[in-house]
Amino acid sequence: MLTLGLFAWLPAQAELLDRMLDNGMRVIVKTDRRAPVVVSQLWYRAGSMDERYGVTGVAHVLEHMMFKGTRDVPAGEFSRRIAAAGGRENAFTSRDHTVYFQTLQRDRLELALRLEADRMANLLLDADEFAREINVVIEERRLRTEDNPQARLYEALMATAYVTHPYRHPVIGWMDDLQNMRLEDAREWYEQWYAPNNAVLVVAGDVDAGQVYAWARQYFGDIPARPLPVRKPLNEPEQAGAKRVTVRAPAELPLVALAWQAPRLRDPERDDDVHALEILAGVLDGHASARLNQALVRERAIATQVGAGYGGIGRGPGLFIIDATPARGIEVAEVEAALKAEVARLVRDGIGEAELARVKAQVLASQVFQQDSLFSQAMRIGSWVSAGLDHTLQDTRYARLAAVTAEQVRDVAARYLVDDRVTVAVLEPLPLPQGPPARPRSPSGVDHVR
Amino acid sequence: MSAKSIALLLLGCLLAPLASAGLDIQHWHTPQGARVYFVANHDLPMIDASVDFAAGSARDSRATAGLANLTRHVMRLGAGPWSEREIEERLADVGAVLGGRFDADRAGFTLRTLSGARESDQAFATLAAVLAAPHFDAGVLRREQARVIAGLREARTRPDQIGARAFQAAIYGDHPYGQPDDGEEDRVAALGRDDLVRFHADHYRAANMVITLMGDLTRERAEALAERLAAGLPPGEAPPDLPPAPPVAATPGERVIPHHASQSHLFMGQPGMMRHDPDFFPLMVGNYVLGGGGFDSRLNEAVRQQRGLAYSVYSFFAPMQAMGPFQIGLQTGRATTREAVDTAYAELLRYLAEGPTEAELTQAKNNLIGGFPLRLDSNRKILEHLAVIGFYRLPLDWLETWSARVDAVTADDIRRAFQARLRPETMARIIVGGQLEPASE
Repeated sequence: MLTLGLFAWLPAQAELLDRMLDNGMRVIVKTDRRAPVVVSQLWYRAGSMDERYGVTGVAHVLEHMMFKGTRDVPAGEFSRRIAAAGGRENAFTSRDHTVYFQTLQRDRLELALRLEADRMANLLLDADEFAREINVVIEERRLRTEDNPQARLYEALMATAYVTHPYRHPVIGWMDDLQNMRLEDAREWYEQWYAPNNAVLVVAGDVDAGQVYAWARQYFGDIPARPLPVRKPLNEPEQAGAKRVTVRAPAELPLVALAWQAPRLRDPERDDDVHALEILAGVLDGHASARLNQALVRERAIATQVGAGYGGIGRGPGLFIIDATPARGIEVAEVEAALKAEVARLVRDGIGEAELARVKAQVLASQVFQQDSLFSQAMRIGSWVSAGLDHTLQDTRYARLAAVTAEQVRDVAARYLVDDRVTVAVLEPLPLPQGPPARPRSPSGVDHVR
Repeated sequence: MSAKSIALLLLGCLLAPLASAGLDIQHWHTPQGARVYFVANHDLPMIDASVDFAAGSARDSRATAGLANLTRHVMRLGAGPWSEREIEERLADVGAVLGGRFDADRAGFTLRTLSGARESDQAFATLAAVLAAPHFDAGVLRREQARVIAGLREARTRPDQIGARAFQAAIYGDHPYGQPDDGEEDRVAALGRDDLVRFHADHYRAANMVITLMGDLTRERAEALAERLAAGLPPGEAPPDLPPAPPVAATPGERVIPHHASQSHLFMGQPGMMRHDPDFFPLMVGNYVLGGGGFDSRLNEAVRQQRGLAYSVYSFFAPMQAMGPFQIGLQTGRATTREAVDTAYAELLRYLAEGPTEAELTQAKNNLIGGFPLRLDSNRKILEHLAVIGFYRLPLDWLETWSARVDAVTADDIRRAFQARLRPETMARIIVGGQLEPASE
C-alpha cells in the first residue's frame, strides 16, 4: 500500500522565497543546489486566451518580437549575449501565458535579469524587423499546422468544443489573422500586458535567494506598474448536446478524438473532482496495460494508437480528451463506439483496487522524478501561479491524489464523460495529390502563396 | 517532515554538486563480460539505468530491413514468467518507467525507478526478463507488424519523413546506414518469429552489452543489479565493426520529390563525422558557427533573421560509429524554395572558404565551455553521457578534458577540417515539395 512516507524525502519546501516588488512584480526563488546551474523564467500572464477576434496569434508574434531589440540591446543581441555566457534561452506562448526562459551557470543569472528587465520596458518594435518576423511566424504555422493533418484536427476540435471562450483559437493564430497582422497590433499587446504587475519571475537553482531578490529589485524595481485591462470570466455555457466536426485532409490514417467539458483546479484542498479526473486519465491510459491500450490496441487490434489526456491546471475551462487511430480497414465509427464502450464499462463496473493503486504509484513516483529537472520544477511553480493557485499547495495536491477512491473515479466518469457534453472530431483521410510540383491544393481555403 | 529527511536535506547541501571538477565514473565488467559504467548520487531517491547493444538498424541486412527495430520493440511485450500485460503492470505498480532507444548503432532500454529495495528490485527483475527471455509470441508479433507498417505508411505521406529517408539512401547507398531505422513495409511484413529469435540470440549477448547506472545506489548494489541484468544472457562476443562509410558521391545530387504540402523541406549533406573522429572538436565547434548554435549561427542569421524565409534552419554533424551524417536542413514556403536553398548553400560555400572569424570562434567557445555545466545538471543527462562514453568506448576522462579540447580549437583547424571533409558541389540535396512558380490559372 501507498503511504505518505514518500513525501518526507522531498526537499520541495527546502528554501523558497516568494515576495512582491513594490511595483507588483512577484519574485519566486526555489533553491536547489544539486548542480551549479540556474533556471530563470519570466512569466507574463497574457496568452492567446487574452486575444480578441482579428488579432489571434498576437501574443505569440509579440513573443518573437521580444528578441528584436531595444535601444541598448539591438536585434539578436539578447540571444547572442546569453549564448556568450554559456546559456540556453528561448520563449514559449501558451493559451494562458507567455514565458521567457534562460538556463545558465549559477554565477551568470544577473545578466539574464538585466536583459529581461530591459525588454520589459524598452522594446523597439521596428517595422522592418516586424515585416520579416511575421513571415517567420507564418512559416511556423505552415510547419506545425497547415501541413500536419493531426494538428488541423485538433485545431478544429478546439474551435468546436469551445463556444465563447477564446481557447477556441489556436495559440499560433488563424492564418488570415497572421497575414493581416500589423506592427500596431503587437505594440498594443506589449503596452497592455508587459507590465511588472502582470509578471512573475521564477528562479530555480544553485543561487542565494536574497541576492536574486536584490537583483530583481535593482533591475525591475523602477519599471512602473500599469493598470491592466479588465479580465472577464469568459465562462463557457453548459453544453446541451453532442457536437461533431470533420476535417478532410490528405493523410494516411484517420484519427478520432472525443472531448468532454471538465473542471479546472481552483482549490487544491477541495476540488476532488479534478484529482479524480486525473486518476481516471491514468486508469484509461497511464501505461501500456491501461484500459484503452489493452482493449483497443492489444485485445481487439482495432486501433494502432490510443490516448487519454486531462490537465487540471490552467486558467480557462478544461477538457478531458481521449483519441484513437483506427487500424487499417477498421471504420472510425467502430473505434469511436469502442472508446465510448470502455467509458461505459468503467461507469457501470467501476475500477479495481489494484488498478487504482497502480496509477497512484505512478503519480507519486513522478513527484520524485520531476525533481531531477530544474526546468520542470520552475515550470510547476509558474503554471500554478499562472492558474491563480497557491504553488505551496503542490504537496497537498499529491496527498489528495493519493486519497482518491475507486468510487470517486467511477463517479466523475459518470458525471463528466456524458454524451451531452462531448465533442467528437474525426480526421477523414483524403488521397495524397499526385504529380509534379504544381499549385498545391488548399482543402481548407487557407492557402497563402503570395 | 521527519528528522531523517531534514538530516538528508542538510547533507544534500554538503555533497559535491553533480558537475563539479569531474564525474566519478566507475567502470567494471560483470562476470558475463558486460561493460558497466556507474556514477553514484544520493540527492534524490531514484535510479536511472540503461542497457545498450550494438543491435541497431545497421545490423540489419537488406533482406531483413526493420528486423532490429521490431526485435527490440517486441522484446518487452511478454518475457520470462510474465505476459505483455503483466510486464507493464509490474512496472507501473512500482512507478517505474521503461523506455527504449534505437538508432543505426544502438538498440537498448532505459529504466527509471525509485531507489527503494521493493521498487528497484521489481523494476530491474522485469528488465532482466525482457533482455534475456522475451517470448516473441506469434500473435503479438503479427499485431505489432501491422502497427509498424501503419507507421511506415504514415511516414511515407509526411514531407519530413520522406525527405529524411531519401537523404539517408542518397548519401549512404548500400552502406548499412542507408536503410531506414524502422525498415520497409514489404520486408517488415515478411519477417517471422524465427527471424526475431535469431536476431535476439545473435545480438543480445553480454559481450555486446553496455550497462549504465546513475543515482541513489552503492557500488555493491550497482554491481548486483548489473549482474542481474547480464546474468541471463550468453557471453557471446563483441560484434564486428561496421564497414567504413562510402565516399561522397562524385556527381551532384539535387533531387526534387513532388509533394502537396505548403512548405518545401530541404535535406542537404553527406557522410560527415565519426564518434572517434580525429577532427571531432574542430568540426563540432565549427558547426556551432555555421548552423548549430541557434540564434547566433550564420544559417539562422541569413535565412531566418535577414530574410524571414524559415522558422527552422540548422546544420549538424551526428557522430556515429562509422561516419554519421552532416546535414543542413530548413523548411520554407513553396514560393521561396529556391531563394532559401540558394541562401543556405551560399552560406555553406562562404563558410568553407573563410572559416569562422575570431569573434565567431570566441562566441562558440564561450557558449560551449560556459554551458558545459548545463550538460550535466540532472541524473538523466549524466546517464545519457555515460551511455555514450560506454557504448563508444570513449576515455573515462572524456567529460573532464572536453572543455580544454574545445578551447584548443583554432580558426585554422576549423577551416582545414571543413575543407577536408565537406564536398558541397557533390552533396546530396533532397527537396521535398519544390519551387512553386507563380500560378498560371
